[in-house]
Amino acid sequence: MENLNSLTTNNQAVILTNLEKILNWARANSLWPLTFGTSCCAIEMMMATGSAHYDLSRFGAEVVRVSPRQADVLIVAGTIVKRMAKPLKMLFNQMMDPKYVIATGSCTISGGPFIYNSYTTIRGVDKLIPVDVYVPGCPPRPEALFWGILVLQKMILQNSLFKNKKTRYRPVLAALPEGICIEEIHNEMKNILKSKKYL
Amino acid sequence: MIISILKDAIYLKYGDFVLEKSEISLVKEVIIKQSKFLEFMQLVKDDKDLKFDILLDHTAVDYINENVFHLVYHLYSSIYNHQVIILVEVPRDKPVISTLCSIWRIAEWQEREVFDLFGILYNNHPDLRRIFLEDDWVGFPLRKNYKDNFMLEK
Repeated sequence: MENLNSLTTNNQAVILTNLEKILNWARANSLWPLTFGTSCCAIEMMMATGSAHYDLSRFGAEVVRVSPRQADVLIVAGTIVKRMAKPLKMLFNQMMDPKYVIATGSCTISGGPFIYNSYTTIRGVDKLIPVDVYVPGCPPRPEALFWGILVLQKMILQNSLFKNKKTRYRPVLAALPEGICIEEIHNEMKNILKSKKYL
Repeated sequence: MIISILKDAIYLKYGDFVLEKSEISLVKEVIIKQSKFLEFMQLVKDDKDLKFDILLDHTAVDYINENVFHLVYHLYSSIYNHQVIILVEVPRDKPVISTLCSIWRIAEWQEREVFDLFGILYNNHPDLRRIFLEDDWVGFPLRKNYKDNFMLEK
């Protein structure tokens, strides 16, 4: 065993890890989102995932999947009304395990401006499906969504999201702290991908 | 065409149909008597100087204090590129008006939407069903006095 450890420290060709860690590392760095947007939060999500400036594709979320069977993370972007609740539940159930849910924007978190006197808006998407990360904002900037994805990646790496398939840990509020710019988030994401700390 | 000139043209030609004339030049609305509504719409469409060939939009406004619905029709002429808003008042306790399906075919779905959300009833409509809400929905949500168990009131 000592021989092996010395091998890893001196020569970088071999990395010692366990299966759980390498699986989590792989999952955290290939979060494929599902195309699901119902209102203005979806525009910001498109900016985050599709545009060249923010470019989520560099960090593993390279394709926004049309089919729920190929997607890992469901970014619920926009107001969910009664009519949309059924398709949303169906999409979530069709996704493969492990699946993660990010709720972006005040409408998805609590109903937002439509809490009172609305005959159709669902007050919080967590009444329908279990949410892992909440990203507040109305709508959240792409930086805020990136921060939410970074938080989700760290949750996956620490194996704190799933003990097994059935157990879920408490969801996290991922509000963008003051003074964080997109470059810092990008660097942190690069660090997650390349650093051996997480393996 | 400038809206005040267009309005004056309508007042001059169809003065009998107009319920009240507004003097403010910026207001686009022309308020029409309910009894002569269908006749007026047909005349305005066929008029060679007005030619309102497109019904852009149809909606309603609930004035609960005056106990009336205002039915709002946006008319547009693709030939002369001018636009006007026609208003008709119907009482809240008996919201019945004749359909415009025979004049503009698009009115069929627009009237279904207004029926769905405001509960306006259209005479001679070919297919008056709900269009957005579920078929078993009770009540008309955009009325000011609408309430249900799901709604949180402030």
